[in-house]
Amino acid sequence: MVNEILPLSVKDAVVRRRGKTLLGPVTTTVSETGLSIVMGPNGAGKTTLLRLLHGMERMAPGGTIDWQIPEEEARARQAFVFQAPIMMRRTALDNVAYPLVTHGVSKSDARQRASEWLERVGLSDSAQKQATVLSGGERQKLALARALIRKPEILFLDEPCANLDGRATREFETLLMQAFKDGTRVVMSTHDIGQARRLAEDVWFIHHGHILEQTPAEEFFASPKTSEARAFLNGDIVE
Amino acid sequence: MNELLAGLLEAGRLIVTFDADLIEISLRSLQVTLTAVAIASGIGLPLGCWLAVRRFRYRRFVIATLNALMGLPPVVVGLIVYLMLSRAGPFGVFGLLFTPTAMIIAQVIILTPLIASIAHQAIRELWAQYHDLLISMNTTRWQRILTLLWDGRRALMTASLAGFGRGIGEVGAIMIVGGNIDNATRVLTTAISLETGKGNFSLALALGFVLIGLAVVVNLLIHTLSRTEVSGRW
Repeated sequence: MVNEILPLSVKDAVVRRRGKTLLGPVTTTVSETGLSIVMGPNGAGKTTLLRLLHGMERMAPGGTIDWQIPEEEARARQAFVFQAPIMMRRTALDNVAYPLVTHGVSKSDARQRASEWLERVGLSDSAQKQATVLSGGERQKLALARALIRKPEILFLDEPCANLDGRATREFETLLMQAFKDGTRVVMSTHDIGQARRLAEDVWFIHHGHILEQTPAEEFFASPKTSEARAFLNGDIVE
Repeated sequence: MNELLAGLLEAGRLIVTFDADLIEISLRSLQVTLTAVAIASGIGLPLGCWLAVRRFRYRRFVIATLNALMGLPPVVVGLIVYLMLSRAGPFGVFGLLFTPTAMIIAQVIILTPLIASIAHQAIRELWAQYHDLLISMNTTRWQRILTLLWDGRRALMTASLAGFGRGIGEVGAIMIVGGNIDNATRVLTTAISLETGKGNFSLALALGFVLIGLAVVVNLLIHTLSRTEVSGRW
């Protein structure tokens, strides 16, 4: 897959809410390929960073976020998986078909492709069930299928496995790696260090709203540069 | 107590014998209120949804006004519609006063704020749930509204049914603009009012029971048709 919207360059991006600075200033680049894991303690700004990149947070004046194509077009070519998957009050099949339908695919074509995706994530048997009755693991897999169905060039995931057990996490990771191999740029946050070790190509370590480190995974886990990252990896409580 | 019993018996007799007058005024009640509910829903449901999704300057004010209008006194609405439609009024030329159309107009005015307000409450909750997802998926505002209307359809049906409940039992406005004319604008509620005034309690009660029965039947019918409460959750 040709990735046209990346690299993404971010310069002096700041997010403030009610006078409090939640994030930034952040200056970074998101490369064309890769699987980046965003790590950091609770409240560090992981979610805010992902939402900012995805265009769901209002940036304070002065910062810039530059895609390779106009922002409006770039918005349509990315997807987001939330920590608590949002299930629409429809069948599982229609949940997955929804992004296609809103982007001009006919209902029958969309359903056809959605059922292929349900098959891929192992939810074929639940196609006609209401999405709201699915289990936590099933919901998150459904959310992943729904995010991937339009073949986004970049996929953001905000702690998607935070509420999943081991088996569901493994299934989810397998699906995610497949998407990555198919050419989707992945940026995912987690505070599960084991998961980060399994998946990461590079790690962004965030603390107090700043990106302290942005290094290849091997290097990060072997010798973190900052004392905060070292403490975080050692399992100490970072404040 | 005797009157209640007599009223029940009379109601049974009127229904069993397919009393022509009863059927006529019942059908007119249904026709007026169902038409008014349909029109008011057509305006109120999208309006409520739009108010939930759209942020604009006087939004709070509009919603507060809408909620206040839920308690609009029917008699006053009737009076105003009467003045508008009377010969001397701005719409007098259409000759609508004392017709079922005038009654529908008055009921639409009463029901629209009620339906819009309930719809707004329901859709606001759904929107809070869907907000991030629909924004993330880059949907247009129009798509969001359609999605919320469709996925919130059960809650919206409740809004319409509440409108129906208020409309079918309403007497103040339709009495004024309809005039309770036999064979033309008499409906169940105005007939009850008239029979009570004449001291004809058993007939009035009979009509009352028919009215209640009608409201229950319509509600049940709509629930059955839309298959609510069949599957555990929606």
